[in-house]
Formats: sequence, C-alpha cells, structure tokens
Amino acid sequence: MNVETAKTNKPRKNAFVMFIHKMGSPPWFYNFTGKFIPWFWAIFIVLTVWGLYLGLVKAPADYLQGESFRILYIHVPAAWMSLLIYISMAIMAFIALVWRIRIVEILAMTSAPIGAAFTIVTLAAGSLWGRPTWGTYWVWDARLTSELVLLFIYLGIIGLYNAIDEPRKAARAACLLALVGAVNLPIIHYSVKWWNTLHQGSSISLMGGSSIDTSMLWPLLIMAVATKFYYGANLLTRARVKLLEQDIRKAWVREVLKEKNG
Amino acid sequence: MSHTPFIIGAYSIGAIVLLWCAFAPLLRKKSITRDIRRLVQVEERSRDTNT
Repeated sequence: MNVETAKTNKPRKNAFVMFIHKMGSPPWFYNFTGKFIPWFWAIFIVLTVWGLYLGLVKAPADYLQGESFRILYIHVPAAWMSLLIYISMAIMAFIALVWRIRIVEILAMTSAPIGAAFTIVTLAAGSLWGRPTWGTYWVWDARLTSELVLLFIYLGIIGLYNAIDEPRKAARAACLLALVGAVNLPIIHYSVKWWNTLHQGSSISLMGGSSIDTSMLWPLLIMAVATKFYYGANLLTRARVKLLEQDIRKAWVREVLKEKNG
Repeated sequence: MSHTPFIIGAYSIGAIVLLWCAFAPLLRKKSITRDIRRLVQVEERSRDTNT
C-alpha cells in the first residue's frame, strides 16, 4: 500500500469507527434511529397491503390444498421471522456479552418479545392450516414441537430479563440463555430432514430455487420483506422506549422530551 | 369443508398479535413520559421549597 492509498483510507475508517462510537451513545442512538421508524412502518404497510392483495385476491387456489394454502402467506413469513429474529438476537447477545455494549444488550432483549409474537403467529396460523389440510390442529411432530420449544425459549428469555432488578445484570443473564437456546435453531431447520415428519419440507431454498409457481411465490416474498421492516420498526421503537426507561433520571432524556414538546 | 373460517382466523390472530406487539411499546412510552413529567414537577417543587 503506498502513502497516497493509506492517506485516503484513513479518514474512511475513522468515519466508520466514529459511527459505531456514536451508535453507542444513548441520545445519539435515540435521535438517529427515530428518523427511520416512520419510513419502516410506511414500507411495511405498503408491502403488506400489496402482498396480501396478490396472495388473497390475485393468486389462484392450490390444486391440492384449495383455498387454505392462502394461510401460508402469514404462516411462512412469520416462521422465517421467528428464526431470523432469534439468529439476530443470538448474535447481538454474543456481542453484548463480549464487548458489554449497553445498546446492543437492549437491542438483543427487545428482540425477544417480537420473536415470541412471530412464533405465536406461526404456531396459530400453522395450526389453522393443519386442520383442513392434515385433519388435525396439532401433532407432536418434530417441526411443530421444536417451534413450540422456540416459543418457550423466547418466553424464558423475557421472563429472566424481567426477573432481575438490575437491568445490566438481567441482560447478561438473558443473553447467556439466548446463546444456549440457539442450539434449537438447527433442530428446527433440519427437523424435516432428520425425522420422518408430517410437516412438509422446504418449498423454497436460497440455493436450490423454488418449486412454487411464480404467481404464488411473489406474494410470499413480498410478505417476507414486509415482515423485515416490521421487525426493524418495532425493534427500534422498543429499544428507544427501553433507553428512556433506563435513563429516566438522566439529563438527555429530559432534553429530548422538552425538544419534542417544544 | 369451507376453508374461509380458517383463513379469517389465521389472519385475525396474526393481526391481533402483531398489532399488540407494535402498540405495546407506544403505551409504555406514554406512561414513561408521564413519569418523567411527574419527576420533573416533584424536583421543581422541592427546589422551590428549599429556596
């Protein structure tokens, strides 16, 4: 690397490090993330309306499942989110335990209720899809049972976090539980391959493409993207509220509220 | 068997759970803001009585 390149790279690296440092500052995080939330909600609403219109109105009925397949436009994106949120929570829990960054702890802990909500939707919608398709609301199948265990892990993390009075100690304990609970993720994903289950295997994979017709696939993908924006907006809202709650006696909280109220 | 009640049920549960999950932090924020205002009032009152 010559001197010129080194000179041009240095400010860029500093800008990134500065950004990370700024994100660690509660008032800066509060103000910066507040700008994105309305946009995330707006994109979520537009994509959801579009996805539901295509999925519930435009897509043809499935030749085997009939109309009940339309439940999959909420069941599948919710199931993907229940896993994705856990992965992101486990990564943040690891960062929080190693580097002890308070905002990352808060982000990890505020992910848990959103993940639990998506898991409840997955189980309820799946159960309502199972009745007309399989003839039963519930079976102790490996995929269903491991998804139920995921819900219990989410509830355990929420419970442990709320059970300890000191928020940073509570976050550390709950982050540790989140990391241990990550062992359930490969079990959920591979359950349909490892065991002979009633639950069908994946119809879509990142590498192998899709066996679903395009008219049915697009609404599913749109709904999958919409739920990511829901997670983003909800996570940032919850993290900002948690920051206000923890820093209730600090000057920046009063300044922020004073600015907001004029 | 009509599938409509199952479809409506699934989407209704999804909407209720996700709407609650979205509105719960806003309700919490409202109560925290109220607490902060009360705290500021108490502090101002105690400052006034001290002076």
